Amino acid sequence: MNAKGRVHKFGDNVDTDVIIPARYLNTASHKELAAHCMEDIDAQFVNNVQQGDIMVAEKNFGCGSSREHAPIAIKASGISCVIASTFARIFYRNSINIGLPILECDEAAREIKNGDTVSVNFDTGVITDETTGKTYQAEPFPEFIQNIISKGGLINSILD
Amino acid sequence: MGMTMSQKILAAHAGLDEVKAGQLINAKLDMVLGNDVTSPVAINVFEENGATAVFDNTKIAMIMDHFTPNKDIKAATLVKQTRTFADKYDIKNFMDVGMMGIEHALLPEKGLVGPGCLCIGADSHTCTYGALGAFSTGVGSTDMAAGMISGKAWFKVPSAIKFVLTGKPQCYVSGKDVILHIIGKIGVDGALYKSMEFTGDGLKYLNMDDRLCIANMAIEAGAKNGIFPVDDITREYCEGRYQGTPVEYTADEDAVYDEEYVIDLSELRPTVAFPHLPENTKTVDEIGETEVKIDQCVIGSCTNGRISDLRAAAEVFKGRKLAKGVRCIVIPGTQKIWLQAMHEGLFDIFVEAGAVVSTPTCGPCLGGHMGILAAGEKAVSTTNRNFVGRMGHVDSEVYLASPAVAAASAVKGYITDPEKL
Repeated sequence: MNAKGRVHKFGDNVDTDVIIPARYLNTASHKELAAHCMEDIDAQFVNNVQQGDIMVAEKNFGCGSSREHAPIAIKASGISCVIASTFARIFYRNSINIGLPILECDEAAREIKNGDTVSVNFDTGVITDETTGKTYQAEPFPEFIQNIISKGGLINSILD
Repeated sequence: MGMTMSQKILAAHAGLDEVKAGQLINAKLDMVLGNDVTSPVAINVFEENGATAVFDNTKIAMIMDHFTPNKDIKAATLVKQTRTFADKYDIKNFMDVGMMGIEHALLPEKGLVGPGCLCIGADSHTCTYGALGAFSTGVGSTDMAAGMISGKAWFKVPSAIKFVLTGKPQCYVSGKDVILHIIGKIGVDGALYKSMEFTGDGLKYLNMDDRLCIANMAIEAGAKNGIFPVDDITREYCEGRYQGTPVEYTADEDAVYDEEYVIDLSELRPTVAFPHLPENTKTVDEIGETEVKIDQCVIGSCTNGRISDLRAAAEVFKGRKLAKGVRCIVIPGTQKIWLQAMHEGLFDIFVEAGAVVSTPTCGPCLGGHMGILAAGEKAVSTTNRNFVGRMGHVDSEVYLASPAVAAASAVKGYITDPEKL
């Protein structure tokens, strides 16, 4: 599985309140959540994002609330992959559980710039910044987690 | 190699003699929690995947607390969906308006969690129950759905940071000041993926409400859980209350910790977290007298909506009035706390000072309802997060503080040390 897209770059400690503000948590509709994704940190994000784009951020991405609405909103907005230096742990779990690909790679997260075109090979964990030509190696998932991902998410893996 | 207290609880629930940091395990759950925001997403996952039964209808709690009493038609629809599911599967601990309270005030109060139990909740502040000597952590809605179906969850066994608390805190230094001090010291990702284990002689000066507040905000340092050893204060709290069988786990003498901090509680000062992260802390001594003018004060939440919090605020408000132009909303955490505060005469004090008293709800803490801020407004709040737009407009600001500091600030109109009133 691969992803390729234009980068939307964010900094440290992007919290779930700016990913999807609580005023929109009165719905579980993926489409409605996507319409407000990143609204309080980048009001133009939903107008600029295109299917397959990649989100890159620095440390502690997704900190704060446990709301699964956050990775749902990102995934439903069209983002194909999130790369960060580190993820907050509940966001990390939620992303795996709902099948939003995420990768931890500090060097890539710091060096890749907004608007770059990036491709990701999920099997090898290799991230390529096609704008600069530089490649990065992300940490592979442990086998236990790869199993959840390969079965299409947590529920499929426990009902299997 | 020895195990931490958190590791021992996880090992026992995974049926293993020993676990190590980093190990991935499946463990049996004693309680699976959701609220009116996260339960509907879990119910959708449950139903879309064809599940037809829950693992144990006594070990699931669904607490309608975030947007209730329903703030709008969409919120009412989510609660109705949850109510219908709870009726269908006879969920014993479905708590609607009238019975509900803020989930993390309610579950300990009702004895649904206690020493040694393993709990997951689709709410990040589920880490609160570590105060009782439980392993308790926040997860998402898909984990909640999987937990409701299987009674199990996967965990990566955490390593731990040890916090040795010594000494006796000064007047007006509460559990909130302790945890804000710690987050200010280690940062919002200072305990990422790890346990925060609290120990030391100073614990005897922290009552259960202080401990619940400290464990509650472990997530604000990125932690997986925060946990306290079981002592006489815990036993007294759980006596006649905890519905399960308490099991007391202690960390091994040779348990390994990634880091250890010794914190002398007697040296701490009332502490405030400035926008827009809980790590941006200053003591009241470092804040200028007219530095932060406030428009609103919120006293409540799963962090500080318990009876000792309301008493601390009332002690400050007694015989005083809110500063001109300041609004104050007091939100008791549960119906029981609400009644107790009323019988103790605290409501007279709040109302005579010019504050309002709300039904239990998460409400303004997450910018839901019951006290939303306009652009440019500032609130001093006993809640747990001060992220951009947390309590309303993206250009509003939240300052996190203890009930005593929040109340004193509401009286003065500026963030202040209660001793300076």
